[in-house]
Amino acid sequence: MTWRAANVVAVHDETATARTLALAVRDWPGHVAGQHVDVRLTAPDGYSAVRSYSIASAPISDGHIEITVERLPNGEVSPYLTQEVMVGDELELRGPIGGWFVWRMDQTEPIQLVAGGSGIVPLMGMIRSRRSAGSSARFRLLYSVREPEKVFYRDELRTLSNQGDSVVITYAYTRVTPSDWPRPAGRIDAPLIAMGTWPLTLQPTSYVCGPTSFVEHATDLLIAAGHHRERIRTERFGATGERK
Amino acid sequence: MNASMNYVDGNAAGGELSRIFAVDITSAEGQCANCDAKRRFAEAHLYLQCPGLVARCSVCGHVLLRLANIQGRVLLDLCGMKRLTFDTTKQSNATS
Repeated sequence: MTWRAANVVAVHDETATARTLALAVRDWPGHVAGQHVDVRLTAPDGYSAVRSYSIASAPISDGHIEITVERLPNGEVSPYLTQEVMVGDELELRGPIGGWFVWRMDQTEPIQLVAGGSGIVPLMGMIRSRRSAGSSARFRLLYSVREPEKVFYRDELRTLSNQGDSVVITYAYTRVTPSDWPRPAGRIDAPLIAMGTWPLTLQPTSYVCGPTSFVEHATDLLIAAGHHRERIRTERFGATGERK
Repeated sequence: MNASMNYVDGNAAGGELSRIFAVDITSAEGQCANCDAKRRFAEAHLYLQCPGLVARCSVCGHVLLRLANIQGRVLLDLCGMKRLTFDTTKQSNATS
């Protein structure tokens, strides 16, 4: 797989620390929801750094993709992508990558998505892919996030959850909740899994994405609730959330 | 941070391994040479805090794959896996 030139065609802030970049990629072959790309930045002295970012957009074959990048305090790449990069800039990109953590449009079984923080990004790609494909697969999202201001794609998710049959969304806040929220702030637990995920009888396929500690915890809870390991697919970001 | 959480999934090796393999290795099933467990390579535990990358079996921790970039050469050690099985019916868009 070779490096391709990608032009930044739009930028959009999701939160105070996360930004979506729309990229026009030369000779982009198309992708499957859940796949990621590697982005390479090279300094004038030749030093280069590569990071992986999930694709947030639906697979539309016009050569455009979107990635959403969370800025990490001591990151090498993410501060540049979230603060410095401008429309018209060119990046180097390799992808699409990965054939396992993907949702394909011919999947008809119920889908359980479990996101921790910026782990929402590839899962949003799946939600958007479902919509663009006109799929009737039943989707459910359990989205664990530090506080309401950290929610990515807030308006789009709200619109989706207001449309009867689309995507059932449950939020879990770990530090700060909205004022009238019934559940105290805290990490996800067994009662929340029982309330916010598909029942076992529907035999869902689950996709879990987030920092490594979150994915370990969420996967343990799903297995304890009776889900089969073979039907749980995971993507871990590492200890800090830094993807490298 | 707990050292045991210093890994990601085998998924993340897809880009680097695409320099070598013509098809997507992350969705292939690998069999651990130590414990015989069969898992998708994407499910291996991948360690990146090294000059290259190391993938370990998610069941027993045995090293499955090591890759190092040294002065323009790529060294790949696959002896931790007995077998890799590729499903050629689902390779569309996986690599290109």
